[in-house]
Amino acid sequence: MSIHQRTKSLAARHSALSNTFFQLEVLNGKALSDVRFPAFSDAIRQAGFPDGRLKPTRIQIFQVNVGKLCNQTCAHCHVDAGPDRKAENMSRENFERCLDILRRYDIPTVDITGGAPEMNPHFRWFVEECRKIGKHVLVRCNLTIIVSNHKYRDLPQFFAEHRVEVVSSLPHYNARRTDSQRGDGVFDDSIEALHLLNAAGYGKVDTGLIINLVYNPTGTFLPGNQASLENEFKRQLKRQHAIEFNQLYALTNMPISRFLDYLLQHGQYENYMQSLLDAFNPGAVAGVMCRNTISVSWDGYLYDCDFNQMLNLKVTGAGTHLADFDLHVLENRDIVLNQHCFGCTAGAGSSCGGQVV
Amino acid sequence: MSKKHYFDPEDLKKFGNISAWQKPMADKFFSWYAEVFKEGALTEREKALIALAVAHTVQCPYCIDAYTSGCLEKGADEEQMMEAVHVAAAIRAGSSLVFSTQMMNHAEDLAM
Repeated sequence: MSIHQRTKSLAARHSALSNTFFQLEVLNGKALSDVRFPAFSDAIRQAGFPDGRLKPTRIQIFQVNVGKLCNQTCAHCHVDAGPDRKAENMSRENFERCLDILRRYDIPTVDITGGAPEMNPHFRWFVEECRKIGKHVLVRCNLTIIVSNHKYRDLPQFFAEHRVEVVSSLPHYNARRTDSQRGDGVFDDSIEALHLLNAAGYGKVDTGLIINLVYNPTGTFLPGNQASLENEFKRQLKRQHAIEFNQLYALTNMPISRFLDYLLQHGQYENYMQSLLDAFNPGAVAGVMCRNTISVSWDGYLYDCDFNQMLNLKVTGAGTHLADFDLHVLENRDIVLNQHCFGCTAGAGSSCGGQVV
Repeated sequence: MSKKHYFDPEDLKKFGNISAWQKPMADKFFSWYAEVFKEGALTEREKALIALAVAHTVQCPYCIDAYTSGCLEKGADEEQMMEAVHVAAAIRAGSSLVFSTQMMNHAEDLAM
């Protein structure tokens, strides 16, 4: 079944929000909304972080966003990915630079994301090379790519052969909830892809092949208790579709890019920001992902996280490109903070690995 | 009276203000309330669905808003939420209809 896209990328729509500086103006009450929320740096100062500064712990995850090309155009996408984003795709040269860094430093995990990272022509080669040097490889697979074209249908076997950990978005076990965010037909294709992953051993006891699902709210509300959601997803997916998976990660929608556009279009921006601030959890700050992750863009620049990458907020106090990569300097930098960071500290916190407390 | 209508969604945000006029009781209420909705023998999602059904029965617009959000946050879907409201509606309808047995008894006493 083909996917009916719910929206177009901000870039294709020539939206003012495709300018990341404009997004930051909105988040800081200088454009479209005149509400100025308390600064995130003030919030973490009160939470006990001196001078409102956040430092890395140790970089353990090398997250590579290989490009913005995707077969889906989800309503909340923070990457503004889509089928039209063909220009932004990592080159072989930048992949080689990544591998050089990964050989040089003891960074155990490579987290590959996009877009749909499998659409990058160097994807499989990069996974193989990472595995050869003993890295744990995690791929953020949108599921539907597996059944979108016959050339991707063997991805479950490829993942299994290379012991890749698969992390996949499935915002709900209900088709309507999922399709309302990700496009009509996405749920059915996702279920088909999950069956193929299960058949390859993913999510099955004793195979060691891990498929974790990602829940994020399909609307302008915050995620509930992760363990409770996981129980319900496991029960419903097993009951309705005979699908098994390992863990559910509950993520908060970040008020940037297409979700920011959605909030503004629906008059919900201020309410949503206020709900993030109301739910600010000082205990979640220490566990945010930017402290143990470095994020690399398709064109080789370095960021504190995938969200900063999408706001074009490059690392400071260190070289900003793969060519200048120095782990020691990066581990002593100050993390770049802005108002969107409230998205990672609301409630039980939110990271690429789900709740943080 | 400052407002020309009885229900204002903004008032829900002021719920905590009830402690201003009677703090010990309000503190006990909010503490107990938080305990009630914690995951226990029933899941948080199941409790939110019960609350949504009761909200419709007591016809409290604040509660309906709060537990529509609550149900979505806890992972309930539209089908579950509507079924919960039907449960509330069925009890309401049934509680009227069951009294018809009294009507029938009385009519049988009176009629030939």
